[in-house]
Amino acid sequence: MEFDLLINAIIAGLMLGGFYAAVTAGISISFGMLDIVNIAHPGFIILGSYIAYIVNAHFGVDPIVIAIVALPAFYALGSLIYQVYYQSFEKHGQDSLRGLAFFFGLLFVTEVSLNLIFGVDYRSVDVPYIGGSVSIGAMEFPVRMLVPCLVSLAMFGGLQLFMSRTFIGRAVMAVSQDPPALQLMAVDPIRIKRIAFSISIATASMAGAFLIIIQPVIPSAGREYIGRVFAICVLGGLGSLPGTLIAALMIGVIESITSTFYGPSWSPAVSFGLLLLTLAVRPSGLFGR
Amino acid sequence: MRTPAFILILTVVAAALYVAFDMVGSDYLFFAGYTVLQYIVLATAWNILGGYCGYVNFGSAGFFAIGVYTTVFFYAVGQRIDEIVPEFLVAPMQLIFPLPLPVLIVTAGAVAGFVGLGMGYLTLRLRGVFFAIATLAFTVVLETFIVNWSFVGGSRGAYIIVPNEVPVFGHLIQFLFALMLVLVIVALTTSRLIERSKLGVGFATIRDDELAAEASGVPTLRLKLVATVVSGALMGMAGAPFPYYIGYVEPGSAFNLSYAVNSIAMPMIGGTTSWVGPLVGALLLGTLQQVATVTISSAVNLLIVGLLLIFFVIIAPRGIVGLIQDRWRGRSKS
Amino acid sequence: MSDTMTAPLLHIDQLGKRFGGFVALDGVDLSVPKGQRLGLIGPNGSGKSTLVNCICGTLQNETGSVTFDGQRIDGMVAHQRTRHGLARSFQLPRPFRSMTVAQNIRVPLLYTVNARAGSHLSHSELDDRCMELLKLVTLDAKAGKYTTDLTQVEMRKLELARAMAAEPKLLIADESMAGLSHSEVEDIVALLIRMNERGVTIIMIEHIMRAVMTFSQRVVVLVSGKKIADGNPDDVMKNTEVVGAYLGT
Repeated sequence: MEFDLLINAIIAGLMLGGFYAAVTAGISISFGMLDIVNIAHPGFIILGSYIAYIVNAHFGVDPIVIAIVALPAFYALGSLIYQVYYQSFEKHGQDSLRGLAFFFGLLFVTEVSLNLIFGVDYRSVDVPYIGGSVSIGAMEFPVRMLVPCLVSLAMFGGLQLFMSRTFIGRAVMAVSQDPPALQLMAVDPIRIKRIAFSISIATASMAGAFLIIIQPVIPSAGREYIGRVFAICVLGGLGSLPGTLIAALMIGVIESITSTFYGPSWSPAVSFGLLLLTLAVRPSGLFGR
Repeated sequence: MRTPAFILILTVVAAALYVAFDMVGSDYLFFAGYTVLQYIVLATAWNILGGYCGYVNFGSAGFFAIGVYTTVFFYAVGQRIDEIVPEFLVAPMQLIFPLPLPVLIVTAGAVAGFVGLGMGYLTLRLRGVFFAIATLAFTVVLETFIVNWSFVGGSRGAYIIVPNEVPVFGHLIQFLFALMLVLVIVALTTSRLIERSKLGVGFATIRDDELAAEASGVPTLRLKLVATVVSGALMGMAGAPFPYYIGYVEPGSAFNLSYAVNSIAMPMIGGTTSWVGPLVGALLLGTLQQVATVTISSAVNLLIVGLLLIFFVIIAPRGIVGLIQDRWRGRSKS
Repeated sequence: MSDTMTAPLLHIDQLGKRFGGFVALDGVDLSVPKGQRLGLIGPNGSGKSTLVNCICGTLQNETGSVTFDGQRIDGMVAHQRTRHGLARSFQLPRPFRSMTVAQNIRVPLLYTVNARAGSHLSHSELDDRCMELLKLVTLDAKAGKYTTDLTQVEMRKLELARAMAAEPKLLIADESMAGLSHSEVEDIVALLIRMNERGVTIIMIEHIMRAVMTFSQRVVVLVSGKKIADGNPDDVMKNTEVVGAYLGT
């Protein structure tokens, strides 16, 4: 039955990877494209999880619907944070140390605030499909993994379309790759960066909902995602959405196999180890130039 | 001021503090004081790399935990000498074990410094941001290893049983407090020596502009490695007495995020460009947290630290020391 | 006469560098004799800065070699090249912002001059050397000021003084005059000539033709990563290929 175990581990890993793609999308935009090291991003994802939790607990609405409704609020939060970041740090250039400390502070404050409001107990949502699963032969697809994965892939596709097809999307790509081109397009780079950063925070709303569908959440859960998202982002080549997706699926599969065959307590070390290795050997990522 | 005079003054202050605490005669005071002193060492250590060189280390908790688990490791070895070494070695080993705490502290410093060297070698060639992210990852990898390493207790944790009475000092906590005072003196002296030496000038050029530093002949990679090793070693040393202090160590307490947060927040709030900043920040924040833990909850005081960190990086980038310097300069101008 | 007496100070052989698919340097040869004042010109994106970066070690060349003072230096990291006597100024001034003007000058004295065998300046000698260099660039009155208080032209002068502090045999001045006024440009040219008179070989990269013509004993033109002209300034300016490259015909 080793073989079945392996197949199911790979399937679970691919679904997990689809979810990781959503978690990383925001970092891929803010860090990869805008060069803003938003290490607080996982904190906002957990915030999204708790919003989904609290609305779901009171009104029984599906977390994904809640996340979509909450998108504008997250977008606005993103604009606000970018404004503060720009005014305090980016405008003066160079001082990356304080910018990092700023986001670290945000991460920490988010976590502690959630801790104070909700306590350290695990919280989960109540959705009819959580227990179900679809089986094809020996292959099994738990619905609580399948739904986030599919919605995540759809979101990822949407983002990629937005970046490659719309004027603003192309301007965002220009911000990261070719600043002079941006001037030729006659757009204000600050406005473009604010929009892009806001979108990156908005993805946290979705990722948060996915997370709490997949597993119960505690305030400190964000931390274990920091290494993972940066590992995926760097592995995928900074700022490349397709690269990010492939890297996310890869990490998902590797983690899933590790936890199936060596036990779940080792799986965090996998992505972090890969990150350290990537940084040391090939910082431009697997798919970078 | 010459370094020997500086050390002398620190020693006098430290001794006075110890005597004053002893006269009050409350163990609680020593317990609380120990924590504040530990933060002074951590903040000063962080600042050598973070403040002087501008390389943000989010992995303070990891280096601290290396120190903690060095002690736990040697304690575990001492407990099971007859199980793990060949028979002819048991008797000599029993003579040197349990290792005295000062020896453990030095060993912990060496181990943490060595880990810092390895990590720095892998990541310091990259942009500062990548180094910062790597340090975040490093902590989790390390914690995963500890959780899975049953010899040092794994996820269950380990009990450290030590006599509550120590010769000369009386209560164990008084001995630990005195040790931590010595570490504070070591950390502050190191930090101040670096700041005023050629090394400190080199560190500042790295913080200001690495390309220009190289063009001026500064061997930036080597200097960054020196900073990482010194900083990591001091953090490890701060962690070594912790198992004796707390009695029961589990990964969650050794890798506590509050070490990472405080060792960044304290220098940032105090001021990062001189040895005084982390000291001021640690005294202020450390004491505040000790008071707040008693009066409010520990979660609230961590929230306060986080908010203060954000507030200071935005409003007062040069910290309290910077604010005072500005005021002093403003007054001398007018 | 042995070869070493006539060997050039800097010899570049078939230097090549690419960025992705873009060829920045395409087999550049260049020999600079000791004591020369060389002007390096070329349109934007012609590879001038890449050439400087490859010579100084900010970038590593992919093909070819760089020999300096009889020694292969490609493969060395930047600070080692500085210690061998190769200093540069940056196109956009990069002062150490947390330091005063005098402290900026001290850095190369501490890390380059004092790092060379057989030289150790005491504290008072360091101070004297700082003031001497600042006098050379007429910044002595600003010694105690922070670099944020300097004007644009003062910043350029500091940049050159800091490069000179390393006691280089060869100084590469990367567009030290962009954006300066007429009289400021003359100021900097005069300064560079004074430095040359102290025995320093200088490569000047410049867009301002007036400055290039006053300064240079020899002019080299780079276009699309290739050297297209090399000779005395007047001849080079008459070269039809150069005129074509600059006027875009």
